[in-house]
Amino acid sequence: MTHQDPDGGGDAPFAIDVSGLVKRFNGRTVVDGFSIRVKRGEIYGFLGPNGSGKTTTIRMLCGLLTPDAGEGTCLGLDIRRDSAAIKRQVGYMTQKFSFWEDLSIAENLDFVARVYGLSDRRRRVEEALERLGLANRRRQLAGELSGGWKQRLALAACILHDPKLLLLDEPTAGVDPKARREFWTEIHALAAAGLTVLVSTHYMDEAERCHQIAYLAYGRRMAQGSVDEVIAGSGLVTYALSGPGVEGAAAALAGRPGVEMVTPFGARLHVSGTDPAAVKAAVDGLDLPGLRVAAVEPTLEDVFIHLMRSATDNFAAS
Amino acid sequence: MKGGAIMSTRFSFARFLAVLVKEFIQMRRDRLTFAMMVGIPIMQLVLFGYAINSDPKRLPTAVLSADGGSPFARSLVAAMVNSGYFDVRAEVRDSHHLDEMLAEGEVQFAVTIPAGFARALQRGERPVLLVEADATDPAATSNALSAMTVLARQALNPDLTGPLAPLRAGPDPVDLRLQRRYNPEGLTQYNVVPGLMGTILTMTMVMMTALAVTRERERGTMENLLSMPVRPFEVMLGKIVPFILVGYVQVVIIVLAARFLFGVPIVGSLALLSVVMVLFIAANLAVGFTFSTVAKNQLQALQMSFFFFLPSMLLSGFMFPFRGMPGWAQTLGEVLPLTHFLRIVRGILLKGSGPVEIVGEVVALLLFLSVVTVIALKRYRQTLD
Ligand SMILES: Nc1ncnc2c1ncn2[C@@H]1O[C@H](COP(=O)(O)OP(=O)(O)OP(=O)(O)O)[C@@H](O)[C@H]1O
Ligand SMILES: [Mg+2]
Repeated sequence: MTHQDPDGGGDAPFAIDVSGLVKRFNGRTVVDGFSIRVKRGEIYGFLGPNGSGKTTTIRMLCGLLTPDAGEGTCLGLDIRRDSAAIKRQVGYMTQKFSFWEDLSIAENLDFVARVYGLSDRRRRVEEALERLGLANRRRQLAGELSGGWKQRLALAACILHDPKLLLLDEPTAGVDPKARREFWTEIHALAAAGLTVLVSTHYMDEAERCHQIAYLAYGRRMAQGSVDEVIAGSGLVTYALSGPGVEGAAAALAGRPGVEMVTPFGARLHVSGTDPAAVKAAVDGLDLPGLRVAAVEPTLEDVFIHLMRSATDNFAAS
Repeated sequence: MKGGAIMSTRFSFARFLAVLVKEFIQMRRDRLTFAMMVGIPIMQLVLFGYAINSDPKRLPTAVLSADGGSPFARSLVAAMVNSGYFDVRAEVRDSHHLDEMLAEGEVQFAVTIPAGFARALQRGERPVLLVEADATDPAATSNALSAMTVLARQALNPDLTGPLAPLRAGPDPVDLRLQRRYNPEGLTQYNVVPGLMGTILTMTMVMMTALAVTRERERGTMENLLSMPVRPFEVMLGKIVPFILVGYVQVVIIVLAARFLFGVPIVGSLALLSVVMVLFIAANLAVGFTFSTVAKNQLQALQMSFFFFLPSMLLSGFMFPFRGMPGWAQTLGEVLPLTHFLRIVRGILLKGSGPVEIVGEVVALLLFLSVVTVIALKRYRQTLD
């Protein structure tokens, strides 16, 4: 490894470059050999079922947890040795709101500004309040804010010190669609300005807004790439069935060999599986007059459920 | 930006100030805690103040009169009863029995009138009159004992007639010996105030910091704090300093009440006391901070605080006289900051001690503070592991 600038690693091509991260809690392996590389300026989505280790991985990246194995760099700084330097250039938004509920919005921001030793503190706090539309609520206690406003406050606080990397852990959970869209507009603006963003989410539409995504299950990375790559890489084929009485066919299809998923979408039924011939045979076996069958692109959700299933088959038993 | 990594390992006044400002705001908003911090000293003072003012009467007394039915002995006993302080419950025959009654707490006072009392008195030989008091509760006995000194003279004067009349004018006709048993230090009611100051500070200071840090963990704000570049010592200092001020407010309340409500004399220098006070308060806050690094939740933090508070109460010389305790208890007591603080406060307030007299105790406090601070900083985890 080349000689590193202790504070920046300004020329490292990857904002995050870690490999083989392992974390165990009381003997249980929660993150198992996790590796990713995130390019600068990229928005990287982090997906996976509850308990798959997203939060734990993010915490290892910003020095809040010490990995049991594995190594790597964040912004060119060693995640084990330089966590103090990493902390000054990373904005971490926790999954659970973690600002001080008995401080007002302005007081919270002011605290953050002081901790990071920002030179023109008052101006920066003022700007942050304006940019996020929090200015006329500045004196409101953080604990009295609704979920959406709390999330705005948390984001404002995270980017106050101009971090180079944002780690956002389910930043939009429980936030209404309009606020979510505004949030993502903001994220894209920040990324366009050169910020790298790693964001965990359970929402498919948010995953589709990311440049790259990784899917975790049982602490292992099951898939990685752009949304299209992940869908293509899954090897899943999906048929959309429509026509009279198609709802009743769900039960009949569910047990057929080769059929992994049967999901109703309004008046349509999506039937998916990895073996194209077997799925086709199962669909053809239906005896429904007026049935229309069309091969469609599987949705990201189909792919994730498929990945979760195969993860269950692989690991849960072990 | 060379040297950035080095910067963060050094103490930063700006970051300390950040924590300090935040803690002050939070303290101001936490009405209940604030009320408790001012309320506890007032409540304790009122409770103990009752004890300070108490003037219990008709205390059980046993008399051993080895002088038979001499009129002098009888006058003396009658006068004691008349004073209202003594209630003679028993007249015993032998001193062993008398000791037993005192030891078992059956009586508060044991009066011994020696053989040949009347004869010695008549000859002007100032016979010994021994009054032993169970002084474990000094507030209960001290008024009665001071009454006794006046009483002995007044009771005997009417009997000193004729050839004995000259004895009236001379020194006391009897050699009154008051013995405070079980309390060799002669803990007086005034000792309650310094003791109270120490115990109130121990209780509130340890508890408040232990809770303040544990609360961050319980509310999830710790994760946020840890993800920022703030150093353990900055957090510790920022959390401790506001409480030092609270401690001073408590001390002012106690000193004012002691002086003006209960008339406790203040002999020494309050300025010196204020300087030393900061050490004691900081020592307790450091203990609280250490607890908070171990406690998983606020309940545990409270339990640990009481775990520290109890021995402090019992072994510091507040509850029981220090020199009356067994060796192991004294050794344990020497470790506790309250022990040294009590000596300092008693010395300054009651005996007028100066810096020279208390330097040993101050060094002990400093040592305790340094050791606990090191432990706290070592234990303070900068990760969530
Ligand atoms: N401090 C801890 N001690 C013990 N176990 C833990 C700890 N933190 C997390 N775990 C366990 O590790 C596993 C992964 O947790 P993690 O919070 O990383 O999942 P996640 O992917 O963020 O889930 P979610 O989508 O619900 O937020 C869970 O089973 C959790 O119970
Ligand atoms: Mg999580």
